[in-house]
Amino acid sequence: MQPDVTVDSYAFLPRAFRSIFEAAPHFDHEPIWAPFDKPLSEARIGLLTSAGIFVSDQQPPFDVERERNEPTWGDPTMRVIPNSVSQADLDATHLHINTTDLLTDMNVALPIERLNEMAATGIIGSASPEHFSVMGFQSEGADVWRTTTAPEIAARCHAADIDALILAPA
Amino acid sequence: MPVLAREIEAAGIPTVTVSMMPELSTKYRASRVLGVEFPFGHSFGVVGDSEMQTQVLLAALEVLTSASEPETRVDLNIEWPGDRRQAYKDWQPSEPSPIVKHNIDAIRKARQDAADAETDGT
Repeated sequence: MQPDVTVDSYAFLPRAFRSIFEAAPHFDHEPIWAPFDKPLSEARIGLLTSAGIFVSDQQPPFDVERERNEPTWGDPTMRVIPNSVSQADLDATHLHINTTDLLTDMNVALPIERLNEMAATGIIGSASPEHFSVMGFQSEGADVWRTTTAPEIAARCHAADIDALILAPA
Repeated sequence: MPVLAREIEAAGIPTVTVSMMPELSTKYRASRVLGVEFPFGHSFGVVGDSEMQTQVLLAALEVLTSASEPETRVDLNIEWPGDRRQAYKDWQPSEPSPIVKHNIDAIRKARQDAADAETDGT
């Protein structure tokens, strides 16, 4: 499918980084496809953010101190964010973005309130009882994402009867 | 994030990625991509603008329901409403991330070493 490309993928990226991403190769692995064949009005939808969000009183922050000492390492663990969470319950650690806005209004990165509104009006069947949060800078940690974090998220999606997941890389 | 998208989709969960860098998401062969031209950390738009956030989320759900084949990319036609130059500054962390700092230090050291070698040679 030929995309109708209007978005500049590098519009907000520092110029020095642009060539690195432009030079990234097109991966030659096979495409993967899980069909979405349920009516949206019956579907349970979950969210996954990579903005480093966590529930401040209940969960440890992402380990940015180790990242400061080991710059090529990023914390590859995952936090479960309840759908009932309040803005005041949330904190975030992420050394690659300014988290001020999402700590004022989580919906810019993790639109739980918007999702709940859509469930209330019947656009979607329901919001997942839990959503997922990771910290998006990964190079050495990407293997842990593949072997541990992704299967953990997928298992929780199945357990919660989630029909689709909306991913929001920060 | 492409690693997670791929593994989760492989486990049978359909995914749609709301991406500030849709070209990169496509290179990693994400199954469904909604491209947005927004500052990083703001996939769904502006603080306090619930209407905009709803529009973006609806667009993501539309890609989810309408995409019929892998590697579908749809770009969202909503312009960032604020001052783009300011938004470019505001999304960035207050200090360079460790990896950026690490790389800058490495470049500086290489330049210094080169300069020293030149000095030694004269």
